[in-house]
Amino acid sequence: MPAEVYLNVAVGGVLAGLVYGLMALGLSVIFGVVRVVNFAHGEMMTIAMYLAVVLFSAFHLDPLLMLVPISAVLFVFGYALQAGVINRFITRPEHSQFLLLVAIAIIMVNVLLIIFGPDAQNVQTSYSYDSFQIGALIVDATKLYAGCAAIVVAAALFAFFRYTTLGTAIRACADNYTGALVVGLDVHRLYALTFGLGAACVGAAGVMLVLIVDVTPALGPAYTLLAFVIVITGGLGSMPGALLGGVLIGFTEAMAGLLFTPSAKSMFAFAILVLVLLFRPQGIMGKRAA
Amino acid sequence: MIARLIEGVPRRTLAMLAALLIALIAAPLVSGDYLLTVMILILYFAYIGQAWNIMMGFAGQLSLGHALYVGLGAYTAAALYVHYGIGPWIGLLVAVPIAALAGAFIGFLAFRFRVAGVYFAILTIAFAEFARVGFDHLAWTSGSSGLFLPVAQYTHNDLWLLRGHPVMFYYVILAATALAFIICRALLQSRVGYFWLAIREDEEAARSAGIDTFHYKMVAVVISAGMTSFAGVFYAFFYNNLFPEQVFHISRSIEIILGPIVGGIGTLFGPILGALLLTGLAETLTAALAALGVDLPGAKQVFYGICLLLVIVALPDGVWPWLARKLGVRERKS
Repeated sequence: MPAEVYLNVAVGGVLAGLVYGLMALGLSVIFGVVRVVNFAHGEMMTIAMYLAVVLFSAFHLDPLLMLVPISAVLFVFGYALQAGVINRFITRPEHSQFLLLVAIAIIMVNVLLIIFGPDAQNVQTSYSYDSFQIGALIVDATKLYAGCAAIVVAAALFAFFRYTTLGTAIRACADNYTGALVVGLDVHRLYALTFGLGAACVGAAGVMLVLIVDVTPALGPAYTLLAFVIVITGGLGSMPGALLGGVLIGFTEAMAGLLFTPSAKSMFAFAILVLVLLFRPQGIMGKRAA
Repeated sequence: MIARLIEGVPRRTLAMLAALLIALIAAPLVSGDYLLTVMILILYFAYIGQAWNIMMGFAGQLSLGHALYVGLGAYTAAALYVHYGIGPWIGLLVAVPIAALAGAFIGFLAFRFRVAGVYFAILTIAFAEFARVGFDHLAWTSGSSGLFLPVAQYTHNDLWLLRGHPVMFYYVILAATALAFIICRALLQSRVGYFWLAIREDEEAARSAGIDTFHYKMVAVVISAGMTSFAGVFYAFFYNNLFPEQVFHISRSIEIILGPIVGGIGTLFGPILGALLLTGLAETLTAALAALGVDLPGAKQVFYGICLLLVIVALPDGVWPWLARKLGVRERKS
């Protein structure tokens, strides 16, 4: 195979990896602050993907334009979920939280199955088959747009946590739960806000991903797993780590698909996860908690 | 030995246990084929739940990858049978060490590097997924196209080769479940059991009290994995077909642990009650929806999910601790 093929596949993998990274960023933000592992993460993403599919097929609304509205819907959804149910579970043991989110995930997958059926659906935009050529490098337009949008959304989220009062307050909750209560922060509301933001992130990722892959209800659990792999690789709770992990996994899967067989590519993602857990359990960018 | 097992157990509990066991032994006399299959399923999940509970309920290590041990057991015994005609009981002698070794490997890596809690859970998922994709590409077990056992004729029951009527399978899994119950009871009363509970409650404190936590966590994962692999052998010979996508899938691992969590983690009756409730619920929903003429794929699972949600919101410790209080047979908090 000529060298360009490797380069093209690698760049495609990195761009898809950015979208994976944004998806994982949502999981990481939720875990970093609320300390709850969102076992319904991929399922929330498929909800956003179906919203994009419906809006496109009914009104011909371009998914990229619908990025903000759909993320807003997911934000409200996540906020309601945390405020309504999950807040009661934050002091419960892990297995209890796990069961709660598994139940929520089961409901989500099957409601989608009832509404949309098991067949794969996708979005065919006018630029679906466009590509850009830079020298020998050929990049799919959809992947390029999606990758760029992922960077923009992630940057906005970084800025929010770094520079706004609300973002600072949320970081305070994550650092010290009791301390945050002592200084009078409404921790439950901030948790709901955080879960909403995490949901908005994964919603944005879903909208972009629908340009690249077909959506089925069964996609949810697979992406929940992928999000775990990425987040642990990058460092659970670390925002740059999630993006880096996403790029690393996206790149690895693309190369494994090219060099071996596409069906074995997730094995390589899990192999990376195992190596990271064993030699750097806090993840590549994670800080070791006590 | 027996005297020690029933030491301190209230009379009422013993009477109920005896009644339950007699009812279960007599059940095939009155139940039809359908009910028998459902009861096999219940006992199957009760058995694995009991095995999983050793790790999570006793030693406090959350494994989300128990499908790995089921799958290893199933594939080892099935492949030996298909390729060399080796029967399941001999196969079990190979399957248990393989699964226990896999458990020891995962445990060794995780516990050496102090991988715990959520990280440990995800490590166990990773190994199960790794096995799933690996077996998909393993030619010796026919990869993703599946491994099939020659289907049995119901003319006679061959207990040695596990070929025969569902009634035979029912008694096999009933015996296994009863044995698992006794083993768990014995473990809980042993030194190891007390060390596990100490580790579950506070690992640092257990370590400072002089308990070799690494060693005892290893014991838990090895016993749990070995016991789980028998369920795999049973699965292979009962269903006669194995696909990596089904056997090793994460949803299998989740299925395994729902029972004990719903029933009550760390209790001896929790896994049994949980398996009964969840399998019963699923079958009732199927029947109810069929009776109502609802033919929507997914409708059953939505109700199932809602029921799970309600149980976990209402009864955080599971159903058994609550039911035991109602029945007046409160299990000693363990």
